Amino acid sequence: MHTESPDLETRNVAPRQDNLDPALFGQTPSQTVGPYFHYGLPWKGAADLVGASEMGARPDLFPAEHYVLAVAREHPAPLGEVVELRGRVLDGEGQAVVDAMVEIWQANANGRYASPSDPRDEVPLDPNFIGFGRTATDATGVWRFRTIRPGRVPGPGNSLQAPHVAVSVFGRGLLTRLATRIYFEDGEGNDTDPVLAAVPAERRATLIAHRDPGGAWVRDIVLQGADETAFFAL
Amino acid sequence: MQDVIGYRPEDAGATPSLFADYRSTVRRSPQRELIRIPYTLSEVTGPAGCWERLMGTALADLTTQHRDAPLGQRIIVSGRVLDENARPVPNTVVEIWQANAAGRYIHIRDQWDAPIDPNFTGAGRAITDAEGRYRFVTIRPGAYPWGNHRNAWRPAHIHLSLLGPAFATRLVTQLYFPDDPLIEIDPIANAVPMPYRNRLVARFDIATTVPNWALGYLFDIILKGRAQTPFEDHDHAH
Repeated sequence: MHTESPDLETRNVAPRQDNLDPALFGQTPSQTVGPYFHYGLPWKGAADLVGASEMGARPDLFPAEHYVLAVAREHPAPLGEVVELRGRVLDGEGQAVVDAMVEIWQANANGRYASPSDPRDEVPLDPNFIGFGRTATDATGVWRFRTIRPGRVPGPGNSLQAPHVAVSVFGRGLLTRLATRIYFEDGEGNDTDPVLAAVPAERRATLIAHRDPGGAWVRDIVLQGADETAFFAL
Repeated sequence: MQDVIGYRPEDAGATPSLFADYRSTVRRSPQRELIRIPYTLSEVTGPAGCWERLMGTALADLTTQHRDAPLGQRIIVSGRVLDENARPVPNTVVEIWQANAAGRYIHIRDQWDAPIDPNFTGAGRAITDAEGRYRFVTIRPGAYPWGNHRNAWRPAHIHLSLLGPAFATRLVTQLYFPDDPLIEIDPIANAVPMPYRNRLVARFDIATTVPNWALGYLFDIILKGRAQTPFEDHDHAH
């Protein structure tokens, strides 16, 4: 054999079962965010949906020259009542989870989502409000957002949902994203909200934020145990 | 009149929240059954088309973020973001982060005795094109030991984070490499049942490989797809 293989430059390796195997096509499985996401995900200002503070990031956890994420930018204030929303993430032993990440997604003050999947053009968008936020928990397991109080959004049938914020929780030891919601203690329509109604009555309180003496809305997220937060199957 | 079309439930390859071999899950995973809620606008919407305003400009080449080139083997990681109906998910953000070639993260909590590379951060983000494609240039990460159990080593991996079109499609996952024997003994990868674990193993591809420059790997990311009708619920989806 003195002739070169005709496919020498293009031949590929023998297939093994992997990501591209047609027989395996389906949802990519979830994996944990791990403990080292801070230099890659929560940017400065990610937790401030109103102003240009650096809330959300943890630049104390890696060298400044390795900060490659977005920087907070000044922009006009969105419409609506500014609220602080905060809480801790706690594990099954009541210990603070200091390496969790919390995200929120919410409607604007008019109850409109800044998303092409919200088709209601009759409800105005707010050019200064996207409604997505992200934060790492701090050294005491506390997460904190500055946002606006969302308006009411329609639910199934002719129902109207109570004001709420959709919440995702990630962390070391969490193999999957945990989805939940936070409502406001004095929210109009809490008693008829179709999602709260799907939660067993004795667990609804785990989704409702209370106002603390300083005016902030507070709700702990409990991953496990007697006061376990009601998490959703989506 | 706001009944919305929801998303399909998780398929047979779904990762459980509790996997005792991965010890951190034992005190952090919920014990109560997840609650099925009706899909509403809140679950089927998500930010779109505002990635630069939200997260800053794309950063798809992790090898040119500092003054000099990082150490290690340059690789290309490319693929498509699709939904489970095999439709491309265009204009969506893919964020990645990873250890350096020696298996060390640029993070003060990483105490593994391997060198920091001042020329490598390990964080990037890209936006998919009209066909759902993304492409990163990076360094092949190293394996590293961790404290889960005696002699525990994580296989080389790249973390990926995707939002997709909706709150319901949010995904955080990890990519593994096809020639890595550590996948088989890793508690985090093993939380995914076989054969679905192999969905997390990238494919080496000669056509993606650039001569005299970088090895190429393909990794498609499949997000949940829409249900067929507003009334397809979790009990009737299969």
